[in-house]
Amino acid sequence: MKDTTLFQQPLIETLIDHPYIEDFLTSFGLIVKPGEESLAAYLDSLDPDTLEDLGIAEEQLRQSLDDFLTGMMAMSDPMEKVESLTIIGGHNKSGHPENLELILKPGEIICIVGPTGSGKSRLLADIEWVAQGDTPTKRKILINGQVPDSKWRFSTEYKLVAQLSQNMNFVMDLSADEFIRMHAESRLVTNPEEIVTQILQQANELAGEQFAPDTPVTSLSGGQSRALMIADMAILSKSPIALIDEIENAGIDRKKALDLLVQEEKIILMATHDPILALMGDRRLVIKNGGIDKIIESSQAERKNLVTLEKLDNKLLALRNRIRTGDTLENI
Amino acid sequence: MRFLTISGPPSSGKTSVILRVIEALQEKDRKIGVVKFDCLLTDDDKLYAKKGVLVKKGLSGALCPDHYFVSNIEACVTWGHANHCEYLISESAGLCNRCSPHIKEITAVCVIDNLSGINTPKKIGPMLKSADIVVITKGDIVSQAEREVFASRVKQVNPGAVIMNVNGITGQGAFELTSLFEDASDIETLKGKTLRFSMPSALCSYCLGETRIGEEYQTGNIRKMEI
Repeated sequence: MKDTTLFQQPLIETLIDHPYIEDFLTSFGLIVKPGEESLAAYLDSLDPDTLEDLGIAEEQLRQSLDDFLTGMMAMSDPMEKVESLTIIGGHNKSGHPENLELILKPGEIICIVGPTGSGKSRLLADIEWVAQGDTPTKRKILINGQVPDSKWRFSTEYKLVAQLSQNMNFVMDLSADEFIRMHAESRLVTNPEEIVTQILQQANELAGEQFAPDTPVTSLSGGQSRALMIADMAILSKSPIALIDEIENAGIDRKKALDLLVQEEKIILMATHDPILALMGDRRLVIKNGGIDKIIESSQAERKNLVTLEKLDNKLLALRNRIRTGDTLENI
Repeated sequence: MRFLTISGPPSSGKTSVILRVIEALQEKDRKIGVVKFDCLLTDDDKLYAKKGVLVKKGLSGALCPDHYFVSNIEACVTWGHANHCEYLISESAGLCNRCSPHIKEITAVCVIDNLSGINTPKKIGPMLKSADIVVITKGDIVSQAEREVFASRVKQVNPGAVIMNVNGITGQGAFELTSLFEDASDIETLKGKTLRFSMPSALCSYCLGETRIGEEYQTGNIRKMEI
């Protein structure tokens, strides 16, 4: 990469197309004054004593810059589309074979059920690691019917799975719009402002109570946080699989949330024991003793019952709201 | 014997990650040794001993912890080898962020956590920037977006490393990390090896026990701020 014009032309010109080079250099504590000098000349001019103070060796800095540029160039390549994910069964904890080949497609919702310790996490981990018979369950995962490239395991840009669980909180000291903008910038999207507006609007549609763009993310309510996380995951995260560990039943429209992820062509895996969420799924994988014991397709009768369950749920939510607004529940 | 240096800021989850790795290695009946370096006090050696692995504890006390590390690590490797360890792991905290225990040709791991703040990756020196594997912990309690931003900041300062998310509590990712350890450097001794990066130099009156403040007490390697 050393001979490219990127290294030879004035740094000020290089930074127009590759502004992240400046971020790279400053994150090592180096001072950059872009001018007529080329990147190559800049690197040559670095003082060894300064580098020693900053804790970097010149050789390592050059190598890192090369690796960094290679990574950044690869990010602008279009991502391989995941049309299907195949789980080829391994065995359970007693060594009994699972005997299955399960194909998951974008837009599908698959629920994962089973008691704590039954092996739900291992199944999800097998998928995330794109297991090739090299995990304790010996399962194999294929992408688009093929043994996948190892980039799915190790690259931070090509994470197969984006994860959302009830324990997750925002910890950054930023407002909602600043926060999403920062995420968008780290993903190098070309139209960050549009994306920020779109995500905030979606999040507000999912959240029971509206929030303004300048609300600090740490002061969002549980439902608002979850809504923002889901909108962000649907629109900005490139991972083709969304892994969800329950969605609380308050302050967020769960149906709309799942619809949004389905619309964005994600494969949705949801660990849940909530009857409404479970029936929203296309099928349920029942995990027992470390293996997939059974696959239940959501039946017509179950779908019908979903309507009844939703009515019950809405009734409870209405009662909740009455409590919130200071009402009494003598007549329900 | 496979030898790895594991380092990272205090409380980033090094010990938890190593414990989960030990469990995964023990599934394969591997014999493991751990050397725990700390400054004043640690009870982590008991946690390791409870797992049934060989442990050595080193407390640097009044000495610079990383200088203490480098003057003892060769003997520790010899000890691990003599005890027929298949894996030897050294754990040390990089306390000033400028030091690093990483050794050339020895697999170097840095553990850093999602809660430490997005500016932390650039504040850490060779301990993070020259590591082969970066393990990011505590991903279960922050949002997906924060995990992605944090990982991209780590990647910015160490683009060549393998970056992995490991949960030190549930062990999620530990099995996968362990599979990388199987490719770790296989050695018998550290003789002739060199550190990946020099340690900060210090040789001034305060290194020798001076406590009084004032120009007249400062001798040796002294540097002044511009004020």
